[in-house]
Formats: sequence, structure tokens, C-alpha cells
Amino acid sequence: MSNVAIVGIGMHEFGRTDGVSGMDQGVTAVRRALADCGRQWSDMQFAVGGSMDGGAADTMVSRIGLTGLPFTNVVNGCATGGTALAQAVNTIESGAADVGIAIGFDKHEPGAFRIRGPRGKDWYGGSGLALTTQFFGMKITRYMHDYGISQQSLARVASKAFRNGSINPMAWRRKPLSEQEVLDSLMLSYPLTQYMFCSPGEGGVAMIVCSADKAKEYTDRPIYLQAAAVRTRKFGSFEVLAPSISIEHDPGPTSAASKAAFEMAGIGPEDVDVAQLQDTEAGAEIMHMAENGFCEHGEQEQMLANGDTEINGRLPVNTDGGCLANGEPIGASGLRQVYENVLQLRGDAGERQVPNEPKVAYTHVYGAPGISGVTILSR
Amino acid sequence: MTSTVAVADGIFSIENGQPKLLGSRCTNCGNHMFPRQKGCPKCMFDEQEDVELATTGTLWTWTVQAFPPKSPPYLGPTGDDFVPYGVGYVELPGQLRVEARLTESDPEKLVIGMEMELVIDPLSIDDDGNQVVTYAFAPTSNGASS
Repeated sequence: MSNVAIVGIGMHEFGRTDGVSGMDQGVTAVRRALADCGRQWSDMQFAVGGSMDGGAADTMVSRIGLTGLPFTNVVNGCATGGTALAQAVNTIESGAADVGIAIGFDKHEPGAFRIRGPRGKDWYGGSGLALTTQFFGMKITRYMHDYGISQQSLARVASKAFRNGSINPMAWRRKPLSEQEVLDSLMLSYPLTQYMFCSPGEGGVAMIVCSADKAKEYTDRPIYLQAAAVRTRKFGSFEVLAPSISIEHDPGPTSAASKAAFEMAGIGPEDVDVAQLQDTEAGAEIMHMAENGFCEHGEQEQMLANGDTEINGRLPVNTDGGCLANGEPIGASGLRQVYENVLQLRGDAGERQVPNEPKVAYTHVYGAPGISGVTILSR
Repeated sequence: MTSTVAVADGIFSIENGQPKLLGSRCTNCGNHMFPRQKGCPKCMFDEQEDVELATTGTLWTWTVQAFPPKSPPYLGPTGDDFVPYGVGYVELPGQLRVEARLTESDPEKLVIGMEMELVIDPLSIDDDGNQVVTYAFAPTSNGASS
């Protein structure tokens, strides 16, 4: 049984918001999260926040209130938001505080991430190898070769994302795209086309967590955190931005974080009713279905053909449109997944509500340089 | 007189026009690393020796870089002059898998398991008129694939 509850959530719309800084989007998310549970910033006993390109999160107190609270900045790549939440959960679990807030926001320049090594020695970027997009193309190429996944399945995943995004008012990409339109779009990193990739974007998310025994003081619909786990790569795992990898194989940080989270929660993948899985590109969602334990490698081909991961399917995946439809503001992305799951468990997801009152919801983020964060929530 | 210079020191050497990748080998567990580094991520031992890595191997996976990377950091031609290039991991038997540009960028001609060999690959001309090169793998001339 969990000791920590999520009692307030807030989000700034994802996408491109000209003239509004990443931090301002974080501030909006904070205000909305406070309003969601009827509290003030002065009620927060601590904050944990992070952003990659949006500035140091703790400086936002000059706009929302100089209350003197302890505010910890977190920078942990694509798992920044997930790490902020995990740290907030640990703070509550430890008894150091009763209530606090986790915050993630970002605003990136358009196009693929610009990744630079030490000045004057940047042989890797100089040679044209420092692109995350290449890793995703290479990982799915090998995976398709090993497990018989088709390019049609990549298109199915992307088309589903944009269909789900089209009914999510907070999403960036809200125009449905057919599988054929996805396949016919510009080839960026074979076998991945333009519409199979998410784009760096903007957005902010905040959530208020408190000790479970006090949750009802904040809301009549608390959502309980059954697990929050973060893991980094082990020797032998195949990761983004690696000039070399070993021949020895490790299943990677996603499998490790997933196993740890299921152990903490005392449940298994079969108990999950809705899942948000890192879909930096369509292939990632497919691989992450297996790495998180929801199927065997290769089973995804049939599952996708069956529509198992649709909103009304056996295991709905990325019900809010995922990274593909929402874009990826690094600091906020992991918390967006949790936000969506809170909506789903409250029954507040509107047109994209998963039927039959889901009880257990799962999130997974993955990113450079080989880090994964998993949460499991329940009503 | 222009000369050929490597994109950075300590990554690969060029002798008689032939490149060699500069790696390390852990003196405790035998793990290979590229580029050279101190400290073994496998056994945590901190004594490594310098080795030259194998110059042939097999293609483990690949993609094609079809759009111009941002410059900086990319040194190759961009904009309208951009030329797509392959990117892959080549498995050097008994050593490791090295990430590299591939001289072949046609998806029809890239096959997992095909034999590859190390070559030098021109990137740009620097301010002194030198040809800046990096390393790449090319399908071996006999084109065999396993």
C-alpha cells in the first residue's frame, strides 16, 4: 500500500507558445495544480523542479512567492520530470514533509536536438554522429530484423498517436494522420519518417503530492503512487549517443526500472489498465511495450494489428497522443504522462477516457544517456 | 599543398592512407573501449592499455542520416550541399561494436551482417586549406554478406 498520493495536477498546453518562456509555462502549471486542490503556494513545504533549456527551476519563486521553502533543482535528461516526482515521493516517504510539489517545464529550439561535445574536440558531432534520431533508427532497424516487426506497425503506432492527440485539448499535434500519410512523409532516419518522430517542443506540468493519510484533506479523489523508480544503464545496454557498445547484451534501464516498479507495487504487467510509454518515435513505443513487460518481443506486430493498444483496446497505450502528438519538452515530458494517468484514473479524460473505470496506470520515460523512469498509480 | 588532418586527435590514426581506430583494452577483464578511456565500465578496474582496433567487421545495425545535422557541431556540407550518409554499428569480432559513418547510404544496399572495412571519409576543408577527415566503414569490395 502506498504512502504517497497525488492530490493536485496542473499543465500548460504542450506545443509552441510564442512569447511565453518555458519557465512561465512552468509557473502556469504550478498555479493550475494549486487551484486543482484549492491550495496556495505558501502551503507547499518543499518543491522539486527541473528543465533542460528553460532555466533553473528554483528561480520561479520570484514570481510565485518567496516563501522560503526548500526547492531542489533536478536535471536528469529525459527523466527530469520523472526524477523530480521520484524525489518528491521520497521526501514524503521519509517523513521530512507532508506536502510538496514536483515541477517540470521546457522550451527547445525547433529541429533535432543540437548536441555538442567539448569545444575544439568535438569529433563526434563534427563527424555527424551526435543525433538522437540516428540511435532510434538503428535500434528499431535491429529490432525489426530480430523480431519481425514491420514498417506498417510503425505507421500504426504513429497514426494512433495523432488520432488520440486529435481528441486531447492540451496536445500539440491535433490533426489525425492516416497510416499511409505517415509512411509517405519525409524519410528522416531510415526506417523512420517525419511523422514517426516526435519533435522537441514546449510545455509545463506540476503536481502536488502529499502523505496518503492526509490526501482526503486536499481532494476527494486522491490518486496513489504505488511505485516510482528511476534506473540508469548497465554494462552491455544499447543506448543513445554511444560511440561504441559492447558485444555483451543487457536488456537496458527500462527493463530494470520496470521490474523495480512492479516489485515496489506488488503487482504485475497484467494488472495495468492503461500505460503511457516513451514514444520518442513510433519504434520506441513498440520496443518499450516488451521492455516494460507488457508482451514478449515480437508480439507487438499482432497486438497492433488487433488494435490492442487503442483507447478501447486490451492495453491502451499513450492515450493522450504521447510524445508524438505532444512533442517533447524534456523537463515536462515525464510528468505529462503522469498527468494523463491521473485524469484517466479520476475518470476525467473526456473523449479519450479509457472505458470500464481503470484502476491501475503505468508511465515510462526513457532518454539520454540511458535512463528510465517508471511510475505506477492507482485509485 | 593541402594535407589530410583528422577531425580530432586520439580517435584514429592514419598511416599510408589507412586509418586505425584507437581503443583501450582493460588489463583486468579484457573489455575493449572506444574512444580510449581510463576506467573500465565492466569491471571498474582502472588500468587500461592502448590497442588498435580491428579494421574489418560486420554491420550490426544501421540507419541513413537523410537531413542535414545542425552546424555547429556538424563539419560536413549542409544546406543544399548536404549529402545523406549511412550511420551504423560495426561489430569488430571479439572486441566491440563501433558507431561510424557508412560510405553507403542506399537502404537497398545496407544489410545487417554484411562485411565492412574501415576507411577515411572527407568532411570539410579547414581554414588552412587542409582536408579534414573522419573515419567511416565501407562495404568490403567483395560485397559478401553473411
